[in-house]
Amino acid sequence: MSKTASTREFRKVDVDQFNEDNFQDETAAEESQGPNETEVNNSLQSKNNTQALKTVLQNPVASCRNPELKTRVFKLVMKVLSLFKSSEVETAVASLSAVEVDLLMKYVYRGFAEPTSDNICPILLLWHEKLFAVGGYGSIVRVLTNRQTV
Amino acid sequence: MEEIHRFGYDPITCHTWNNNQSQLALSLNNNEVGIYQKSGKQWERSAVLAEHSGRVMGIDWGRTTNRIVTCGADRNAYVWTPSEDGRWRPTLVLLRINRAATTVRWSPKENKFAVGTGARLICVCHYEEENDWWVAKHIKKPIGATVSSIDWHPNNVLLAAGSSDFAVRIFSAFVKEIERRPEPTVWGTKMPFAALMYEERRRGDGWVHSVGFSPSGNRLAWASHGSVVGISDAGTVYTLTTSVLPFLSVLWVSESSLVAAGHDCRPYLYSVGSAVVYAGSLDVSTHEEDQGDLSAMQMFHSLDRLGAADVSTAIGTKHQNSVNQMAAVAWRDCVATRVSSVGTDGLLILWNTSSLHASLNSLKL
Repeated sequence: MSKTASTREFRKVDVDQFNEDNFQDETAAEESQGPNETEVNNSLQSKNNTQALKTVLQNPVASCRNPELKTRVFKLVMKVLSLFKSSEVETAVASLSAVEVDLLMKYVYRGFAEPTSDNICPILLLWHEKLFAVGGYGSIVRVLTNRQTV
Repeated sequence: MEEIHRFGYDPITCHTWNNNQSQLALSLNNNEVGIYQKSGKQWERSAVLAEHSGRVMGIDWGRTTNRIVTCGADRNAYVWTPSEDGRWRPTLVLLRINRAATTVRWSPKENKFAVGTGARLICVCHYEEENDWWVAKHIKKPIGATVSSIDWHPNNVLLAAGSSDFAVRIFSAFVKEIERRPEPTVWGTKMPFAALMYEERRRGDGWVHSVGFSPSGNRLAWASHGSVVGISDAGTVYTLTTSVLPFLSVLWVSESSLVAAGHDCRPYLYSVGSAVVYAGSLDVSTHEEDQGDLSAMQMFHSLDRLGAADVSTAIGTKHQNSVNQMAAVAWRDCVATRVSSVGTDGLLILWNTSSLHASLNSLKL
């Protein structure tokens, strides 16, 4: 085999994009504003943690294609979760709807993967335990199967 | 009470019953199908169908014509006809696919069968008299991934397909050579071959494991990997997100109730009205019941050696591993009274649904 080109650029071409058998997962991205941050911060300042939690889970950004927005919302969610006292977590989870429990479970798993601070993991483990008691294995399976990630 | 039968310790991947439940065909996760005959309380193997060179992925028994169709990972399907000496004669069906066949079902009139494949298409095969062979026609668009499950509508024309591109679809499998134009249904009026009559794609719910038409054909149920049971009532969609592990199989037991089972190892009954409501489990065993007697000496002995009092590995359900498939065994007045389930634990369990149905009726849904 003769070496016809001295450049090696061809090795960087992604040939898989030309494979017709590949699964095409195309859907329109939904635009979402995300939660209202000032509202969340106001609730936190007035020590109304449960209200802050419900606000931060509104307008979910899971179906968006904007990574900066998603990261900003994720950091806000982590901040809200870490401001809860351990005794308050269970009542807060009880006030969430099934959809909100699934959404919060997604954030907990993202928090495990990308810890925002050194002591976030024990807090997340507590939230995970309380969310699992309500959502069951189904909520964890949905974190894994749902292609719309937070 | 449930009847439990063990067929070895290998997973039972698929099974099917004959018309009077005296015979059973099943495959133990290999390339053979065993035909079992009921003798007393036991099942005895009376024949082996060994023609596939790859794992058998689907078996279906035609109750009226007494023919068996099997499909396998070797990209082939065989139609087996019984002969007088008790042996089964295979006929190869050329599916013209380049990936494995995943599932196969006879149509209600048993004049054609459909095969779901990993080649992102469905083969609809009918018998051509003049050439004495089975002809396969393909339904391709717009399936984007492996077809994992199919079910026929009672009108012998519509076919529901669940696939790994997170969608359930209803296609028309109208073969003009062997049948007349069908009457309109709730899913549409014009039904040329391969027409897409209905599509529901839910990216958030995951792969579709199983689909099923209700006995009238007006409702379609599916089980997705996101632990979701979905129903489409002629276009109106209800879903139920469950808190258990995903289901691998759904089975309608009446027009308004269905049984689902899967990785949770336990069949659940759901009632379908204006919404999908959980109505109890067919398996009411608890962990303590299955424990047996654990003497004090045994307990301290294992505490000493292994650090744990309870070392039984049995789980608190009748099936000890995922349920792969369910089938309706006996019907009475449009209600399935007996249902069978096969699992990865090598067990086949027959469940009675009558007591749960009685309590369902008293719920007045």
